[in-house]
Amino acid sequence: MIEIEGITKRYDATTVVDDVSMVIEPRTIVVIVGTSGSGKTTLLRMINRLVEPTAGVIRLDGADNRSLPGYELRRSIGYAIQGHGLFPHRTVAQNIATVPVLLGWDAARIKRRVDELMTLYQLDPQAFGPRYPHELSGGQQQRVGVARALAAEPNVLLMDEPFGALDPIIRNKAQEDLLAIQKRFGTTIILVTHDMEEAVHMGDKIAVMDAGKLVQYAKPAEILAKPASAFVETLVGASEKPFRLLSLGRVRDAVETGTAEGEAIPGDASQRDALAELLWSGRPALPVKGADGKPLGRVTVGGLVKRAARPA
Amino acid sequence: MKEAGVKAWLPSLLRLALVVLLIAFVTNPGWFEPLLKPLTESNAPAIYNQGSLLTLTLLHLRTVLIATVAATIVAVALAILVTRPAGVEFLPLSRSLVNIGQTFPPVAVLALAVPAVGFGEKPTLIALFLYGLLPIFENALTGLTTLPANVVEAARGAGMTGWQRLVKVELPLSAPIILGGIRLSVVISLATATIGSTVAARTLGEVIIAGLLSNNLAFVLQGGLIVAALAVLIYDGLSAIERYTARRMGQETA
Repeated sequence: MIEIEGITKRYDATTVVDDVSMVIEPRTIVVIVGTSGSGKTTLLRMINRLVEPTAGVIRLDGADNRSLPGYELRRSIGYAIQGHGLFPHRTVAQNIATVPVLLGWDAARIKRRVDELMTLYQLDPQAFGPRYPHELSGGQQQRVGVARALAAEPNVLLMDEPFGALDPIIRNKAQEDLLAIQKRFGTTIILVTHDMEEAVHMGDKIAVMDAGKLVQYAKPAEILAKPASAFVETLVGASEKPFRLLSLGRVRDAVETGTAEGEAIPGDASQRDALAELLWSGRPALPVKGADGKPLGRVTVGGLVKRAARPA
Repeated sequence: MKEAGVKAWLPSLLRLALVVLLIAFVTNPGWFEPLLKPLTESNAPAIYNQGSLLTLTLLHLRTVLIATVAATIVAVALAILVTRPAGVEFLPLSRSLVNIGQTFPPVAVLALAVPAVGFGEKPTLIALFLYGLLPIFENALTGLTTLPANVVEAARGAGMTGWQRLVKVELPLSAPIILGGIRLSVVISLATATIGSTVAARTLGEVIIAGLLSNNLAFVLQGGLIVAALAVLIYDGLSAIERYTARRMGQETA
């Protein structure tokens, strides 16, 4: 659990982060959203003390994050940044091994961990381990950046626009990978982005920041349904709201009894994808299949439209 | 296709030929006597006869090596110091100190150093050291201040201490640029070391000065050519190392 209490950061006369308090539950993903200059990155960097706060306390599992020297604290917290920041003079394997080496793990343990992470990220350790970062594609570099951040099995992972430099297709894949890995390791992830779409998709909770202040901190559905201010409303995008709401739900949860013609949609797909498919193909209903391929029922335009309406 | 192959190999072949020629000349200068003989007058010797060319070449290289190593250590240490948060205030001061070293003519340094440290190799080393500081310092400074910001950020975020960042990230990343400074410094020193012989340092300048004093063009030419060949070869060698380190990091090579 991460408790942020009355955190303020001032540079001379300008207040970048203004009295922010929030609690981040363990094993959840919290996404901090805001425009540039909203203080979201500064807030993130105060958690691992790359920036020292002017006032306030941050506690990690009850311990003040100032009870350790900054560099030791940072070794225990994963950190992944936009444009990955890989060390260009070190191989992929050496990059991933950075924190374990700093922690003094023995060579066999480091190798096991590096191989495990590379396999997890679909990078063959034999083929990619000895390569240099510039020999990889953008998507591969990003994966190595996240693997490096996770190498020392941190409980907490901080990510600053980790998908910012990726094209939409790779970006989608990277987001899915991260969600899968979060489930597997149970890591608490705090992710900074300016993209509301990403926030709704990734976050168990979303923290909206504006001009250094925490404007709203709530579950995605609540942010969409009850934006706390005009600023949050704009950020959500008024015309996007129903679709974002649908993107939170799975087709499986919108299934009605009955059958329909045509290609079936998997129950794991988002309701938004289902609606898009319905609208595009001009059909009133789609069959739904489970993970095992068995039919579950159908989704209808009418049913989905009801779900896209503002929650009471 | 074949022509391209020849073109690619030509520089290497020329370099190899130059190495062979240089070694042959300093070990067996007698072989080249007929070539240099026409440059002499009234039966003067065509090959330097007051010492071995090989010994002088090695001494010349030793002087340059010592001066460059010392200049590298001091210049890089200074650049590291002024790029740490605690040392930023010293940046203008060290810049002017190093610049003075460069603007002061080596001949004047020799003249001032001789009364203090006597004749021989020492005043030459001082002059070369001062003269070699600037390129290394400026390049090290450029290298250490133009590191990619997100790489340095990642190093901090991974929990490296200041020292670990310097040794594991900052210095390796600026190595190609620092090497470039060393290369410039070495080439300047190779040429400048010849004037050390005016204060009795044993360098190839001895051959040139002997030629000037006895109006022997052959001496001047052989001293000058050996220094030039050394400079070309060392410049090429260091450039190759620079390209190798830069390429490993995926940086564009100049």
